[in-house]
Amino acid sequence: MTQTPPAPAAAPATPSDLQDERLVRPANLRESVAASFKRVRTGDLGSLPVVIGLVVICVIFQILNSNFLGAENISDTLVDTAGIGFISVGIVLVLLLGQIDLSVGSMSGFSAAIFGVLLTKNHWPEWVIIIVCIVVGAVVGLIYGALFVRFGVPSFVITLAGLLALLGAQLATLGPLGSINIPFTTFIVNFSLTQFLPTWLNYVLVVVAGLGYAGTALARANGRRRAGLSAPAVSGILVKAIILVVALGLIVAYVSTYAGGGIGDSFVALILLVVIMQYVLTRTRFGREVFAVGGNVEAARRAGIRVNRIYVTVFILCAVLAALGGLLNLGHLASASTSSGTGDVNLDAIAGAVIGGTSLFGGRGSAWSALLGILVITAISQGLNLLSLDSSVRFMITGGVLLLAVIVDSLSRRSRASHGQA
Amino acid sequence: MTLVSEVSSDKHEAVDPVLSMRGINKGFGAVQALTDINLDIYPGEVVALVGDNGAGKSTLVKVLAGVHPQDSGDIIFRDKKVSIPSPTASRALGIATVFQDLALCDNLDVVSNLFLGREIGTFALNEVEMESRSWELLRQLSAKIPSVRIAVASLSGGQRQTVAIARSLIGDPSIVILDEPTAALGVAQTAEVLNLIERLRERGLGVLLISHNLADVQAVADRAVVLRLGRNNGEFRIADVSYEEIIAAITGATDNVVTRREAAVRAHNEEKNK
Repeated sequence: MTQTPPAPAAAPATPSDLQDERLVRPANLRESVAASFKRVRTGDLGSLPVVIGLVVICVIFQILNSNFLGAENISDTLVDTAGIGFISVGIVLVLLLGQIDLSVGSMSGFSAAIFGVLLTKNHWPEWVIIIVCIVVGAVVGLIYGALFVRFGVPSFVITLAGLLALLGAQLATLGPLGSINIPFTTFIVNFSLTQFLPTWLNYVLVVVAGLGYAGTALARANGRRRAGLSAPAVSGILVKAIILVVALGLIVAYVSTYAGGGIGDSFVALILLVVIMQYVLTRTRFGREVFAVGGNVEAARRAGIRVNRIYVTVFILCAVLAALGGLLNLGHLASASTSSGTGDVNLDAIAGAVIGGTSLFGGRGSAWSALLGILVITAISQGLNLLSLDSSVRFMITGGVLLLAVIVDSLSRRSRASHGQA
Repeated sequence: MTLVSEVSSDKHEAVDPVLSMRGINKGFGAVQALTDINLDIYPGEVVALVGDNGAGKSTLVKVLAGVHPQDSGDIIFRDKKVSIPSPTASRALGIATVFQDLALCDNLDVVSNLFLGREIGTFALNEVEMESRSWELLRQLSAKIPSVRIAVASLSGGQRQTVAIARSLIGDPSIVILDEPTAALGVAQTAEVLNLIERLRERGLGVLLISHNLADVQAVADRAVVLRLGRNNGEFRIADVSYEEIIAAITGATDNVVTRREAAVRAHNEEKNK
């Protein structure tokens, strides 16, 4: 018996992935808008709830306090997001596997304590200490991963134990001092508190982002067209790139009107991290395997994916990002203390990822969700600060927002199931 | 009782079996699950493995898939004695097993599922290449999947089965084992999967079909191998065997509810015809 030859290439008029007559293609703008509405109705929410949430929050706080959307407050808010944003990107990774790391707050506090002690007592150079913190994070993540794959203990319990153990380690490291001030001359404080990108560099980065988007999108569309697959129109890509450049340019121009600030170095680092992580998650084998393990572990295992290795790698990445986030938070406060990484750091990082649209049930989410979610959380706490409300109120409101986000996640999951989508 | 094989060997004289199992034994503790099992799979042939619950079908499949190696007996693959100690070894030989639960990732799209664990691209994934090859493969199978960029969760049962079978072909296997591929499928979807099995045969693959549904077996299989209580209990060419004979071999009895009723109906008809 011979193999049937592949069907002769169809007329080039229809790309080979759009030949099925059952496919509904929006023919004009009205239909594509209607199609988007239908997607949202059936539970494919994407980042829509969080964008709407952000707009609502901005409107409410702007009405309550006219400084909220001022350049100064936005500049502060952006710098404020960096540390917690790093932690939240790590949380996105573990959530994609359907696991959780509850100890990221303690990990960040422990890393801050190590930095403070080694810098002020032992006078080690900063870059060495940063490497030490990364290694400590990696070891902690390795221990979590090993415990998880070796004994099958739920990650919830492992990291709950880790939360306490690391908090203990943090207190022990700080010793009787309890609090260490970090000099303003250090790199870490400059980087995460006082240093802002020069305005011209902001615009250069905006243009680079636009060119990068257009370049990769055009190259991809070109490759698809050559292979006989459907591809987005060139004009559409260019329009999107121009909108991107103009929007980012306007934001930069507005924030730069605040002479004492602008776009902070650490915030740019966060954006860079998110872009890289998004690339890794969607375009590399590792990312694909993470999604596969989060979707169906058994299927992933039978497909030959080394599932244990994925779990361990992700726990390590999460702990390392928590350690780095702890250093950014330390720089932002210019101190390491017994309260570093305690309080709402843990929940903010997890809430940020979930609010941004990463599912708690595994297999759905994106690196951008960490950035968007953390922007929401920081905007709320910054707004409440402006209204000089007590932290008790802040906790309650953040808790409420987290609950709302999880309810939206569960509802959209149920809706997807009833509409036959993942 | 054992029904002696009616299989005429003329068809296979020219071709060697791609896989032969000889005297396979497998026990789990006190239970002897397989005793002296023989099985041949020829290229371009659909072999149905039938038997009652507990007959040893799944155990035999697991031996081939490398889940439980046999205790004794030989597996000869392309004239060479081989051992299949692990699922990876099974796949490396060119045996693709589609398990009953399909093992698809619902959150990933069709392309990602087809190439899961075998992605193309060294560092960055080559999505264009994977998508083109997905379409090529699905068209060869005449599969009815509207888009390969939708999540597997939104496909019907038959389409999911199609994706699972298509995925088994990515590694260019010479034998495909299908465990109950039509269980829990509707009429149209069952027909779709049976068509797909025909396509596999046309591609020259050896297909081992495990099924409880004798209608399916009669529709697509060339040969039926019957297991009963862990032993070979007959081998039939589907073309020259009746439904009742297979049932008799499966149940090990010529006298049971099914055959009695058949006999009664036949007697009744004959009486009417008189």
